[in-house]
Formats: sequence, structure tokens, C-alpha cells
Amino acid sequence: MSIPDSIAHHPFSGLRVAVTGGTSGLGLALVHELVGRGAQVAFVARKREGVDLVARECKGSHGIVGDVSKKDEIYPIALQIVGALGGLDVLINNASDLGPVPMQLLADTECEDFERALATNALGPFRLTKALLGALAASTREGRTAVVLNVSSDAAVNPYSHWGAYSASKAALHHLSQIWNEELKEAGIHFLSLDPGDMDTPLHALAAPDADTSLLKRPETAAVEFADAIGQVLSRRAEAQATDSEGVVP
Amino acid sequence: MIAANLPVQRSAAAKLLAVDQSGNIRHLQRARLIETLQPGDLIIANDAATLPASLQGWHLPTGQAIEVRLAGRSSLAADDIHQFSAIVFGAGDFHLRTEDRPSPPELAAGDRLSLGPLLATVQTTLNHPRLVQLCFDGSPDEIWNGLAHHGRPIQYSHVPTPLALWDVWTSFAAAPVAFEPPSAGFALDWRILASIRQKGIQFATITHAAGISSTGDSELDARLPLDEAYFVPQTTAHAISDAQAHNRRIVAIGTTVVRALEDAARSDGSVHVGNGLATQRIDRTTWLRAVDAILSGTHEPGTSHYDLLLAFIDGTTLRRVDQQLNTQNYRTHEFGDSIFIERAAEKYLRQNATSTDRPAQFEQYRDRLSENACDCGVNAE
Repeated sequence: MSIPDSIAHHPFSGLRVAVTGGTSGLGLALVHELVGRGAQVAFVARKREGVDLVARECKGSHGIVGDVSKKDEIYPIALQIVGALGGLDVLINNASDLGPVPMQLLADTECEDFERALATNALGPFRLTKALLGALAASTREGRTAVVLNVSSDAAVNPYSHWGAYSASKAALHHLSQIWNEELKEAGIHFLSLDPGDMDTPLHALAAPDADTSLLKRPETAAVEFADAIGQVLSRRAEAQATDSEGVVP
Repeated sequence: MIAANLPVQRSAAAKLLAVDQSGNIRHLQRARLIETLQPGDLIIANDAATLPASLQGWHLPTGQAIEVRLAGRSSLAADDIHQFSAIVFGAGDFHLRTEDRPSPPELAAGDRLSLGPLLATVQTTLNHPRLVQLCFDGSPDEIWNGLAHHGRPIQYSHVPTPLALWDVWTSFAAAPVAFEPPSAGFALDWRILASIRQKGIQFATITHAAGISSTGDSELDARLPLDEAYFVPQTTAHAISDAQAHNRRIVAIGTTVVRALEDAARSDGSVHVGNGLATQRIDRTTWLRAVDAILSGTHEPGTSHYDLLLAFIDGTTLRRVDQQLNTQNYRTHEFGDSIFIERAAEKYLRQNATSTDRPAQFEQYRDRLSENACDCGVNAE
């Protein structure tokens, strides 16, 4: 069977991947890592200058300007992702918002800051995933593998003081991932909720400006780990397809 | 019928008129659609997402306002989105009936059009002063960006509020290649898809660039549907062959699926895998080779969608259907009620057939078709 064989040896070749928050930190590292592995990548970020810069750096990538926290921008983003890539196999919901900066006790957190964190970290990924579910399901019907990777955090499960808005929104995202995964098992769409660890990124610098960056993980390292995790799902599916095809008359 | 004027894909009040292969009619709530399906059925839907294909702008040589409605392209390739066929209207928008819209200025090859952030050139007119082939400037990414931010879904005056993309994408919408929504698929959501799977019903898809349904110009409307690109995945073609080999029904969700599958069908009913361009018109002279039943919206006599239903049932039965739709106050247009029609028994090509004797039977039907040839003109385009 040619498809599983090719996936087993070159799991990222021709893989159609979308990354939100793709112009800084982990998202930027993921764009570079995935393009380097042969994937077709579309990335989303809010600012035109950053998008154009990364698109120039990463030849062949597709830069999309959009804000996943805004309802009205979700379908234009989805349209451009599937339009540019001709379909979608992997969606990485990476864009994140800390909530109030500097970080605040929950009791001092403005509702608007919490709403923005929820809109970016939970509602936005929900809306974008929902808009792209059809494309992901089409991928599985064509014998490919569909994966949604939601970038989580240890704050999604641990109650750290001052991280309330971010933490609660990431907890919502983590739980959404688990429910999506349960409900879409039959459709063959896999959901991953992965914590990259504390990284040396602009987002972390905003949250913890006094942190010793020498102790933080490089986002490039996390990007390799995440790409490997996606690769494992692709390989498992390819192996399952190869097993299914054994004994079947072509 | 009543025009459905709210953009609600699955109204709780939606109705379904079902016609079995003997022409018997029954009415049920559309939420009970699954009752019309049988274990073993293969349901095939069009998974095309809908483009924001209405572009307001300016005809630069005259400075006059225009609306361009993208209407077709020759392939579904993601990077092949420079050239489109398009229908051009004069100033105004969907609030005015298409029949009442002013004509655009005279269009000629080389004319430049400014459409929000997009610029395009008229390459040629296509045997009608309002039907043109145009070519967008820019890279594919720039064109997708322009469409995403400036385009609006094509809509008609029966829906008074502006449509958003989420109004016109089906629950399973994938590649954005349709110009108007494949709206029969509005009836299906993920819950129904799970239910049909549990009932032992198979679900597959094709991708078909559903085109414009009405132009407001009788001469142009007579040419509808325009040529439409489509794609049949290998898994769908295999599922069709398997269903046919076991005499299981193939149920098309919408007219676009019928058009794609019948264009891709070989004489034995199996379908070609891959890309195609549907150019045929399906009507009462058409012998269906792949599809056994259709779920569709309700359609007005005189439209190409209505004519397509005559490939499934005879004119007498369809007139009875019309009468029922009218007396029972069914709602029409894309957000309206639905009909489910089984192909009439006398047209049932594969009845009692096995996969091996189907071609011989098909030849018999071809002979009958020749004998009954009339003046309706298959492939009128």
C-alpha cells in the first residue's frame, strides 16, 4: 500500500498543517520545524509585518493575518487555511493570551482580561477547530491522518497563584481536547493536548520577567518534541492501515 | 411554496416529503430523516465549503459600480485560482431581486475591475454580455486573502439579512470550492452522521464546485448549470462499487452529487476516481447509472434542479409532489424544507441485477432510451 509506506518513511511530506500564533515563540519554532520536515504550512498571526517577515523566511509557507480571539475572523482564517493548502491534516492551536499583564491575583483580575484569555485560549480554538472539522474529516476519508494539537500548560491542571485567567482558560482548552477526542474518535480525528514546559519565549517573559532564561527550554526544542508527537500519531495510523490492508486483494 | 427567509440550516420545524420507488408520498419531520434510510445504504454528500463569491466593486473603464458573482473555474486546485467565470451585475446587492437588477456597463476583453483589495481583468465574454471570464492579479495567497476579507456569500432577496460564511458552510464543509452552498447537506449535522453510522449506513463524500442557481436573466438561466469541477476520492469510488455489488442503495445528498457521480459514472455504474468537469444537464431523458435516491431541497418548476428530479420520477408523480408541497406549505430555497426521492421502479437500472449482468441490462436501457428519444436535448450545453 503506497500511502502508508510513504507516510511511514516521510510522515511530514506533503502534510498540510496550520499553526496559530505562528510568528513568535513556540509557534514560530513550529513553523520552521514543520517546513523543515517537508510539511505544507499555513500560519496565522495578528500583525501583518510579522506574518510577511516569517513568510519570507520560511519559503513555501502561507502567512495569514488574523486574530483567533475574534469571532468574525474565524471563517476568513479557515477559508484561507484550507484554500491555500487545498485541505488540512493537522491544526495546531498555539496562539495564547496571558490575561492580565503583569499577572494578577484572581481577585484583582479585570473581567475584560479574563474574557480575552478565554477568547484566545479556549473559545478561539473551539471556533477554529469547529470551522475546520469538515476539512479534517475529509482528510481521514481520503486515507490520511487528521490531528489537532492544542498547546496546553501545566497551569491547566495546577492552580498557580497569579495565573488564574490563563490557568482557567488553559484548563478549558485541555478539557475541550479530551471531549473532542472522545466524540471524534469514530471520525478518526486525533486530539492532542500537550504541555511544552516553561520556554524562553516572549509570552513567558511577559508572565515572569525576572525568570532565569538559562533555565528555560528553547522553543525550538519543544517544537521538535511536538512534531515528533504528531509524527507518532501519523506512524501509528500508517501501521494500522498497513495491518488492515494485509490479506486484502488489491 | 413559501420562501424560507431565515438563515437557519436545521430548523426544528423543517419538513421532509418522501417519495418511494412506487410513487407513494409521505410527510415527516426532517429530524426523522433517518427513517427514510436503510441499513446498508451508502450516503454521498458534497463536502465543498462555499466561497464568499460575491464581490462588490467598480468597472474601471466607466467608473460604474458592479457586483461580480464568481460562477465557475476549470479545476479545484488550490493554487489555480486566478481564472474564474463570473456573472456581472450593475449597481446594487442582494436586497434587490436579481430579475430587477440593473445591467452592468458593457464589458470587453481587457477591462479592469477593482473588487475591494482585488484587481481583475476581463479576459473574454462567454457568449453573453454579463457572463465573462476574468483573471485576478496577485499570488494565490493574495487572492485567498482578498476573497476572505472582501467577498460575501452569494445570496438572494428572499433572505433579507446579510449572510456570513458560517450560514452557508455545511457541518462537514471542507475545501472552499462551491459558489453557492450545497444546501441539501444543511440537513446533516454530526449527531445525524453518528446516528446513521450506528444504523449501519455508510457515509462518503465527493467535492463538487456547486455553481450559481439563478442569474435573473432568462437566457443565462437556461444555460444553468454551468460547467462544474468535481473530485471523487478513491475511497468513495470503492464504496460505490461495493454498494453496487451488493445491491445497496446509493443516496445522493443534493443535486450536485447526482451531477458529479453521473458524470463520473461508467456504463456499469462504477465511477471514475479523481478530478472531472461536469458538463451535462440531467433531466427526464437521463438514465441514472450511479444514484438510486436523492435528498434535496424543494425546487420550483422550470429550474434545472427541478428538471433533474425528472430523472428519478416521472412528470405525473413530480406534479403530485408539487401539489403536496404547495398545499402542505413547504418552504423553499436553500434554508427551506427537503424532499427525499427514490428512483422510480421502472427506471431502476440495477433491480435484481448482479454485478456481472449489469452491463447487459444497461444496454437494454440504452436501447429504450434511443427509442424514446425526444426533443428535450440531453447535454443542451
